[in-house]
Amino acid sequence: MASIPPLDPTKPMDGLTRRTLLKASCGIGAAGVLAGAAAVTWDQVMHRAATTPLAGQTPILVLVTLYGGNDGLNTVVPYADAAYHDSRPDLAYAPEEVLHLDDQLGLNPGLKGLADLWKQKQLTIVRGVGYPQPDHSHFRSMDIWQTAAPESPVASGWIGRWLDAAGGDPLLALNIGDVLPPLAVGVTTTAAALSLTPAKGGTGRDAALAAFATVDPRDTAAAKQVVASYAAVGRVQTTFAAAEAAPATTTSTDLEVKGGLDVQLALVASCIKAGAPTRVYAVSLGGFDTHADEKTAQTIQLTQVDKALTAFRAALAGHPREKDVTTVAYSEFGRRVKANASQGTDHGTASNVFVMGESVKGGYVGDQPSLTDLDNGDLKSTVDFRAVYGDLLRSVLGADPARVLDKQFAPLGLIA
Amino acid sequence: MTTTTASSADWAATARLLRRSGFGATGAEIDAASAMGAQAWLAAALASDPEKDAGAVRTPVPQLAILPKPSGPPASPERKAYQKALVAQGTQLTAWWLRRMVAVENPLGEKLTFGWHNHFATAESKVRSPANMLVQNTALRRLGRGSFTRLAETMATDGAMLKWLDGNTNTVKAPNENLSREFMELFALGHGDGYTEQDVREGARALTGWTVGQDGVVAFVAKKHDTGSKTVLGTTGNLDMAGFVEAVLSRPASPAFVATRWWQLLVSPTAPSAASLQRVVAAYGPGRDLRAMFGAILSDPQVAQQAGSLVVTPVEWVVGAMRALQVPLTETTAGKFISIFRSLGQVPFEPPNVAGWPTGQAWLSTASAQTRYQAAVRLAAVGNLEAIASTAQTSRVEAVRHLLGIPTLSDRTAVALRTVAKDPKRLVATALVSPEYLVN
Repeated sequence: MASIPPLDPTKPMDGLTRRTLLKASCGIGAAGVLAGAAAVTWDQVMHRAATTPLAGQTPILVLVTLYGGNDGLNTVVPYADAAYHDSRPDLAYAPEEVLHLDDQLGLNPGLKGLADLWKQKQLTIVRGVGYPQPDHSHFRSMDIWQTAAPESPVASGWIGRWLDAAGGDPLLALNIGDVLPPLAVGVTTTAAALSLTPAKGGTGRDAALAAFATVDPRDTAAAKQVVASYAAVGRVQTTFAAAEAAPATTTSTDLEVKGGLDVQLALVASCIKAGAPTRVYAVSLGGFDTHADEKTAQTIQLTQVDKALTAFRAALAGHPREKDVTTVAYSEFGRRVKANASQGTDHGTASNVFVMGESVKGGYVGDQPSLTDLDNGDLKSTVDFRAVYGDLLRSVLGADPARVLDKQFAPLGLIA
Repeated sequence: MTTTTASSADWAATARLLRRSGFGATGAEIDAASAMGAQAWLAAALASDPEKDAGAVRTPVPQLAILPKPSGPPASPERKAYQKALVAQGTQLTAWWLRRMVAVENPLGEKLTFGWHNHFATAESKVRSPANMLVQNTALRRLGRGSFTRLAETMATDGAMLKWLDGNTNTVKAPNENLSREFMELFALGHGDGYTEQDVREGARALTGWTVGQDGVVAFVAKKHDTGSKTVLGTTGNLDMAGFVEAVLSRPASPAFVATRWWQLLVSPTAPSAASLQRVVAAYGPGRDLRAMFGAILSDPQVAQQAGSLVVTPVEWVVGAMRALQVPLTETTAGKFISIFRSLGQVPFEPPNVAGWPTGQAWLSTASAQTRYQAAVRLAAVGNLEAIASTAQTSRVEAVRHLLGIPTLSDRTAVALRTVAKDPKRLVATALVSPEYLVN
């Protein structure tokens, strides 16, 4: 593996560091591969499902990224802890409002489907998940989670590095939506992106893009990137050429629904059932940055998550691949223990990770952080998120975590 | 329609200057600036008042009333009508800015306003008040070439910003850190540049008390302000908003942060060299003079080495094409073109988050390559192609290069354009997606 150039951590000014990642990755000779793996259409995925399906009983990982910093304390509610009620009197859930997990913790009332999963021991809640010296910036903290590198910025994501090791086929990991998150970008390989708004074809377009797909000696750096993206259009079309002739199973209008999490997960369920040769799916939902009027806003968000996950489970019910699927939901950080005056909470630290599926052990992993022994008003993490990744790599993806993670952790035993 | 100057290195350099300081550039504009001398052109452009531009006068700021929020339940007819009215106002606002960006004779003012909108990125989706968004937009235009102190203070107390980053509910009783944090991280200092969580929290206390009323008017409510002692970045005292802004802006890292962010927007994704940065920061100076800073960035001797290193963003691309093709826009037709922005992923007043829009390779997915060509066809279909159609087929490649102000053409692109030169619409659409047109 080529050495990864360090990124300048003082430059989140350019916001989505995904771009920095892409640039950095290009710098080590992967230009074109990045864009080349980018967009696949529904028909192309279905064609691969028909021609090179995933072997039966192969474990599949579905990653649900919740952007904005979901408030863990109002998701898995420590309803019996007086410190919880004292810290956020207007925001706290009364014991009778939550869906009881045990005599200490309960789920947010929006998470009814997950409460059922818990009873069936198909939900593991990893508590207190974080990393040392937590960063309160959305951009930096999400980068840390997605690159699995808290100490210093790196140019590749953890699933991307798994893809690098697994080799070759970008469809091994599929992002739902055009824009790849940092987690999906490897050093030499990137995940495929399922475009939800397929562009209409046309000979004029194809001719123009093909004509511009060759580098000219006078091209500048950015012009070369444009050329690489055009070359990638051609490569994707060639790679999946047979699919164009194959009969479409779903019309494009079905996919033009600009997807919420429910639409994204419905697409994932269809891909899994069709046998797409994909082992990791990435979906996401934004809107968790609840600085104000949190109680209603977060419940709406969590209800959306719950309904989408419940529908996803229902879509797979009874299917031979149902037991192969492990779904994981996480956010870049939890929120401050104490509420602010806007009936919201500010950026915090440790939070919960949900791991769902027939193969999980169920119950809790990791200690519940104390609400009184705080680090400057924030929870102290009890589990490093890389330990969660280590379990997923080992037990779901059958990979050696040492090839993906910079630091090794004892197994948590998330998967039975 | 071609000119003899168009092949010179001077013409190409002037073309790049105009493209950086505006939205694309036409051959006619480049010819005029080239005749005037690039530095003289830049000095005149920086000195001009964007509100007095003839094109700005032709596209006056729309009158947007503050819409009173009805009290009914979410699905009530009053609430539905309110939502509908907000959407209509939002469309009116975006359509107006598009018309303004296309109409102005010198686009520098609008380019800088759009850059500040990216810098202090605020989205209507949360603000829910096109009237407040317009007030912010006007302030960015008016103050964008003055002192950064004044601009930063104005943004820290701007109605749209207070709604966007919850400053509106940041009170002494329990401060809300959102504005304080993003002000330091994204607006004025940079992540990790020497501020701590404690600074964020104390900064939030200094910013307490600024509220936006139902009428959209910003007021300072003294009883909501925390008058206790705070320490922000080493400055201790009963800091208020101006005290907070000064504590942040007077940090040594702040001028370099602001200068670097703009360098990366106007010149190159690579940070400026130490020598360039020193020149730009010196121009910014103790007065935090933005006009001098922009002059220093755009005329820096190292800019020439960065030719063609920026990927043009969708808004620059669409506005540049509309300007070159003289696409007629009226109050009623302009709104129809917002769908182009949406399909390309960049809609004014709707940045994806407080860090602004992505840059560079983010605009170059395979999907966007395909969508961009569709948009180019649409623009060519409504544009004035007389300059191409009236030119002999053998000279049309030079004609389209001049029309779109493309600094230099590679052999690859010249050949590709020659093969479609027979059809002016296809020629223009193809030129609009050429690698040379898509970079600055």
